[in-house]
Amino acid sequence: MRRHEIRALLMRAPGTNCDAETARAFRDLGVRAEVVHTQRVFRERNLLDYDILVFPGGFSYGDYVRSAAIWAKECEYRIGPDLERFVDEGRPVLGICNGFQLLVEAGFLPGFEGRSRYPEAALANNTTGYQCRWVRVRHLSRGNCALTREVPRDAVLAMPIAHGEGRFLFPRDRQDEYLRRLYENDQLVFRYVKPDGSFADGEAFHNPNGAWHDIAGICNPAGNVLGLMPHPERAYFGWLTPDWTRREKPPEYGDGRLIFESVVRYVERRF
Amino acid sequence: MRYVATVYVRLKPGYSDPEGETTARALQGLGYRVIEVRASKAYEVTLEADSREEAEAAVDEMCRRLLTNPTKDDYRFEIRELR
Repeated sequence: MRRHEIRALLMRAPGTNCDAETARAFRDLGVRAEVVHTQRVFRERNLLDYDILVFPGGFSYGDYVRSAAIWAKECEYRIGPDLERFVDEGRPVLGICNGFQLLVEAGFLPGFEGRSRYPEAALANNTTGYQCRWVRVRHLSRGNCALTREVPRDAVLAMPIAHGEGRFLFPRDRQDEYLRRLYENDQLVFRYVKPDGSFADGEAFHNPNGAWHDIAGICNPAGNVLGLMPHPERAYFGWLTPDWTRREKPPEYGDGRLIFESVVRYVERRF
Repeated sequence: MRYVATVYVRLKPGYSDPEGETTARALQGLGYRVIEVRASKAYEVTLEADSREEAEAAVDEMCRRLLTNPTKDDYRFEIRELR
């Protein structure tokens, strides 16, 4: 598929944010990106007309009940079968922040045995409350995650976070088993690290929310659904990075671009 | 018939509960001999059902499908008929 033919759908809902930034990132890469309200998608659009689906960040429906819980269930009863088909066909789905919460609540992540009826993980409230700042994550995918293939293995990326509920958890009685499966299936994509690149090991500040095993992002076993708490679209252009004025020559792009580039290249090659 | 269910949702034991911990510290600061606070959320659900059993089964499913994330939340509910 040629780049200018690729259509990305950025679903927005009451309370989501950064959809415009995400659209700008895709457009910069030459992709047709449409920001469409979730109700309009339900009523008037065919999900399967699109090649990329993005659930953006934010606080859909005021984070009532739990982050993204309402939106996830609404997607389930309005477009559930199309959504499953989209995923089963290998089309890329990116969930950023609230979008990650949605993919967990809807059972697509971790999705060990395909989509689960009930969530198999949770993004609980942060141990230190709402956090909005830059963090570092290390890329751990060994190649399974199609949406980060342009990111070198072990690369440390700087991206901002902005959330109050991002503490990744597995059920306590199964967390070791589930973690083993994440590694076996190559589903662990990003972990929070310290400035020297070593894992945060739960240490507050470097691990901004108390996430278990410093987990910042995971993908499904097939590698075409990625959820992450940091916002790559807020780290797309060089002038979005916090230190660009201090550099002699500002970088053209930030670390977030690698993720969007990966998504687009995957679609170009695969379809 | 109409029923009213009061549903209580809280984090399962063993998970840290920042809201409860922060509240406990404040209560201790006020001089109370507080040992622990666990924050919980309550919903009052009014629903139609043909029997009490049907209402209970429906509320139980609501809890598992939307009101809780079974990974981290515990729930319990009380149900009464609305006359």
